[in-house]
Amino acid sequence: MLTFLVRRLGASIVVLFAATYLMYLLTAYSGDPLEDLRTSTARNKEALIERRIEILDLNIPPYLRYFVWLAGVLKVFIGQFDLGKNVNGQDVTALLGDAIGTTMQLVTVSTLLAILLGIIVGISTALRQYSSFDYTVTFMSFLFFSLPVFWVAVLLKQYMAIGLNDFLQDPKVSTPVLIGLTLISGAIWAGIIGGDRKRKLQIFAIAAAATGSILVILNLTNWFVQPGIGPITGLIMGVSFAFIVTALSTGLNNRRALKASLVVVALGMLIWWPFNLLSSFVSAPIYLLLAVITAVVGYLIGHFMGGEDKSPVARTSAITAVLMASIIAIDRFMQAWRPYTESNYISGRPFATVGSQTPNLKGSFWVMGVDQFTHLLLPTLALLLIGFAGYTRYARASLLEVFNQDYIRTARAKGLSERTVVMRHAFRNAMIPLTTLVAFDFAGVIGGAVITERVFAWSGMGSLFVEALQHVDVNPVMGFFLITGSVAIIFNLIADVVYTLLDPRIRVS
Amino acid sequence: MNVERAENAIELKEVEGLSQGKIVTRRFVRHKAAMASIVLLIGIIGLAFSSVGLDIGTEDVKIQTTGWWKYGYSATSDVENGGDPTLDILPEFIDGTGVQIGNHPFGQDEIGRDGFARVMRGAQQSIMVMFVIGGVATMIGVVVGAVAGFYRKWVDAILMRLTDLIITIPVVVVGAVIGRSVGNLGSFLLAVFLGLFAWTGLARLVRGEFLSLREREFVDAARVAGASNGRIIFKHILPNAIGVVIVNTTLLMSAAILLETGLSFIGFGVRLPDVSLGYLINENQTAFSTRPWLFWYPGMFIVLIALCVNFIGDGLRDAFDPRQKRIITKKEKRNGETIELAK
Repeated sequence: MLTFLVRRLGASIVVLFAATYLMYLLTAYSGDPLEDLRTSTARNKEALIERRIEILDLNIPPYLRYFVWLAGVLKVFIGQFDLGKNVNGQDVTALLGDAIGTTMQLVTVSTLLAILLGIIVGISTALRQYSSFDYTVTFMSFLFFSLPVFWVAVLLKQYMAIGLNDFLQDPKVSTPVLIGLTLISGAIWAGIIGGDRKRKLQIFAIAAAATGSILVILNLTNWFVQPGIGPITGLIMGVSFAFIVTALSTGLNNRRALKASLVVVALGMLIWWPFNLLSSFVSAPIYLLLAVITAVVGYLIGHFMGGEDKSPVARTSAITAVLMASIIAIDRFMQAWRPYTESNYISGRPFATVGSQTPNLKGSFWVMGVDQFTHLLLPTLALLLIGFAGYTRYARASLLEVFNQDYIRTARAKGLSERTVVMRHAFRNAMIPLTTLVAFDFAGVIGGAVITERVFAWSGMGSLFVEALQHVDVNPVMGFFLITGSVAIIFNLIADVVYTLLDPRIRVS
Repeated sequence: MNVERAENAIELKEVEGLSQGKIVTRRFVRHKAAMASIVLLIGIIGLAFSSVGLDIGTEDVKIQTTGWWKYGYSATSDVENGGDPTLDILPEFIDGTGVQIGNHPFGQDEIGRDGFARVMRGAQQSIMVMFVIGGVATMIGVVVGAVAGFYRKWVDAILMRLTDLIITIPVVVVGAVIGRSVGNLGSFLLAVFLGLFAWTGLARLVRGEFLSLREREFVDAARVAGASNGRIIFKHILPNAIGVVIVNTTLLMSAAILLETGLSFIGFGVRLPDVSLGYLINENQTAFSTRPWLFWYPGMFIVLIALCVNFIGDGLRDAFDPRQKRIITKKEKRNGETIELAK
């Protein structure tokens, strides 16, 4: 295994450096880095040109200049990582640092959501193969797959952001919209749960009634002005999460798991008020720390209540704990909504179409979180639509493949419950090929969504790259490429290792 | 018991006395979405290439034809009625004006260029780029994959490292750099260069197919009969791997049209004076609130073309998949049941 890793890593590094050479030449010969200065009308034009030539070593021809750049990169071994300077003389290493931060904000959420939703929808369509729900989702995913991201982005800006902002001027769901949403939600639930015609109609009626009444209540309580969850709804949601997670993870027959989950929910309710009182002290690191503590506490509760089979119970209660904590956190974020929308910088139109944050806005961790949410909403949706379609197709195909295997028939023949067959025997095996895909996708994440960043004016990796390329600015392009290339290699390697760990039939040699 | 006989009968009927090609064609024709997509795609191609005429090549070699549409894609005329689109597909009893095409079905832009002509020219460019990228990438991918998989050893090692080298570079990045370097040479050369970097996925798949097919008996038989390596590769093994090639070429083409439009959108693809669908969207996105039609039509054509190609790819995948044996007879369809014959 170790020799395999070392050999692969060695070969990949050689390949990466060959690729950087190719990339360097392609970029350097794509235009004239002095073009903007040559056509400028500045009086000290000659001096400016001289200076840029000196900074960027433009006297050396590109096929040799690459080695100057390479020497800077290799200085990493003596602790002086140097990626050169851009045309304006700024340090590329620092520029890249900022850009990576922005890009991670933009792409992480959408990638995670795309994976999660894609797997859920893919699996539910595979379980209802050839149903009208399956056909609808298949058509939708083909449609999303064929959408150019820049086109969707402009449409989202024009209709969604402006529409939502207009809605917030008079935040009441109008009757036609209410009826429309009610019918759509009924149809979706009837499609997912399925069954014969009578059952479908029942589910349709229940789901539609539930959606309709929720919307009416939200309207009556002026929820869209002052959103929140509140402890009572929070308790109901927590208990239903406890039941759902237990049903999926261990089955409701496992009383210990159910009890552990309910204990976790009760604990969450106990800290609801204390948390809200102390919440103004929360900052980003504390928030992350609290998230980790939540998962650990949930796990420990399950571990001590688990009896003979500790690990499934602990897993169940840990997942419930994280969900319960999310309810509390979302409630707290919602409380920050009103101060946020009424602040001077927002003036009642919170949904932004460009940029990654509101300039000059200062506020608590929660207000800044809401600010991020309003800026992330549109680009995340645009990226989500497209990524989600791919994952749905893969998850569906993968699960159908597994359902054809003999061990699934054996599992059914043993008389195992459908939940055990699907969740334990089929789902886990179907996820193996998806791990490779996820690893590749995360490698692509850091490169940023070049086009999406452009449309939404986020100054991340993608924008850095495009702008540098427009000015034939080789060093930032190479810095961008070095990072994305290295990450791609590392994640490919991780994908291989994870694959061998998950699938014992595969041996590396 | 009964079911089993029925299964056999249908299965036999399905493959009895038919060549591989005929089986595939039969299955493909049965795929309704794919057939509809083919008709629609051919319609779009016909419309785009006949309406505004061809204009290909550089100054030295030029192919030019005139189309049946009265406006050219760069000619300006007076702006009529604020540039509103004159296309009306609603019949008279709904909106009282009746179906008509009018002078400018897709409207005009602010300096009076005809929207329909521009969209058609853009669709021509995008479709051409799509086919060229698909063709170039398929040829290189098949040859590299076949040679690597057939000869193995050091040939394989070198070719696969080369593939890794190109795969490391994100495709948008390559596209942008290439577009920046050769975008001014015209969209045909741009497409050829993009194709030079798009073959890697196909090469890997073809190599995998060859690695397993080269161990089969029919290869030994061919070798005993005295066939040369080249003949074994292209006449014996490649036809057996053709399914993988065709399916992936279609998927590659649907990715190619999105790549081209994306590159043109960020300004690295097709350049002025020529237009592509992505370029048109970029040009008109700021005018969305005043002239939304200039934005809608090019986007709709991108989505339509990509959707058609994706559905055709899906139909081909089903048709080539040997495990795909799902058949619904008329009687069962009436009863609302299906027979699953998958293994």
